Amino acid sequence: MKPAPFDYIRPGSLPEALEAIARHASACKILAGGQSLVPMMNLRLVKPAVIIDINRVPGLADIRLDGGDLVIGALARHATLLASELVAKHCPLMAEAYRHVAHGPIRNRGTLGGNISHADPASEMPAVLAVCDAKIGMRNAKRARTIEATDFFTGALTTALADGEMVTEIRIPIAAPRQGAAWHEAVNRQGDFAMAGVGVLVTVAGGKCTQASIAVAGMERPGVRLPAVEKQLVGKALDEAAITAAARKAGAEVRPGSSYHADEPYKRELVETLTVRALTAARERAS
Amino acid sequence: MALIPISLKVNGTQYERAVEPRRLLSDFLREDLDLKATHVGCEHGVCGTCTVLVDGEAVRSCLSFAVQADGAELRTADGLAQGGKLNALQQGFWEKHGLQCGFCTPGMLMVATELLERNAQPTKAEIEEAISANLCRCTGYYTIVESVQRAVELMKEGAK
Repeated sequence: MKPAPFDYIRPGSLPEALEAIARHASACKILAGGQSLVPMMNLRLVKPAVIIDINRVPGLADIRLDGGDLVIGALARHATLLASELVAKHCPLMAEAYRHVAHGPIRNRGTLGGNISHADPASEMPAVLAVCDAKIGMRNAKRARTIEATDFFTGALTTALADGEMVTEIRIPIAAPRQGAAWHEAVNRQGDFAMAGVGVLVTVAGGKCTQASIAVAGMERPGVRLPAVEKQLVGKALDEAAITAAARKAGAEVRPGSSYHADEPYKRELVETLTVRALTAARERAS
Repeated sequence: MALIPISLKVNGTQYERAVEPRRLLSDFLREDLDLKATHVGCEHGVCGTCTVLVDGEAVRSCLSFAVQADGAELRTADGLAQGGKLNALQQGFWEKHGLQCGFCTPGMLMVATELLERNAQPTKAEIEEAISANLCRCTGYYTIVESVQRAVELMKEGAK
């Protein structure tokens, strides 16, 4: 239950961090909040030869507006984001989902960049970012690139990050008028990993749904949207019938996998029920 | 592995030590500084008994490396009593039987310390939310909640 020995590097700037990450590539792990990495090190599931501690890199935890985007630095802590007025105003879905994320001491340390780099399918944030059409900004020592959140998550605990690369920021288009968002999840105890979670974002104009995004957490893969459900919703009035039909579709579309607390049929039922709740709440908020 | 020099303050005392990078903050406190109030349970962030305050924030000391605490100001359950006298929170735990075996107690005290510093009048739900990060296998949590509520009363009486 003690981590294997490692060399420790604490860069004081982003270029220094990127240079160290390039030099050590697959031999290193980046330490941000450490709330997923350090348990894995203590259990010796991972034994990085080098730890690069980015906690003292300045400017990496900023939360700001840039044009039409809410921009969140990779090192922003969960507790900061949960309390942030900018997040509450411009990405209410994230603010709502954060009420379900972990416990106080974990939120004090854990970071959004670390959370998505870990890419746990049970986590809320990959689904939130997928729903919001967020973009993930990454850098290596030579260049920066930005990709869609849905392309960033390539599988359970797997991302598009290459060796030598790190997440630097998350860009989220700010909430528009007539949009409504909602997050609902099913969990045995507050703060635990959800058995299933559903996030939705809908735009309602002239009594009809003109845009719909939906993504799920707690399934096989992180950050997965359900395009067939979205397609079914667009152009319809969001009445009981449309919501029920969409929810049934969502339950059928997901690839739930199975966990100790919830087997596959139960997870499908959860997704169906949670989709009804989320869509109903989002509809009210959109109007 | 080379040792790395660190300097930090714990419960008001300045310490200078050299540590292996892999030294967990929990082990550093217990073994290197001989501050044994902080307990070590699951060592992967689930049980919460190793919780300490780092620059005023509750964190799992088993999920931090000592080297990360260089320059920080820490508080642990060792430092709660003042002049050999229990503080209000400890007194609340004493009066309301907030502990049986006592294993979870240091973590409970530290999350409650953070809570009461941010919110001097927490509701029952807020207390439950704060201690939900920590496991107790004896009390069923009822007496822990009552202990924190008693501490709030004691602090109010003390302020008069």
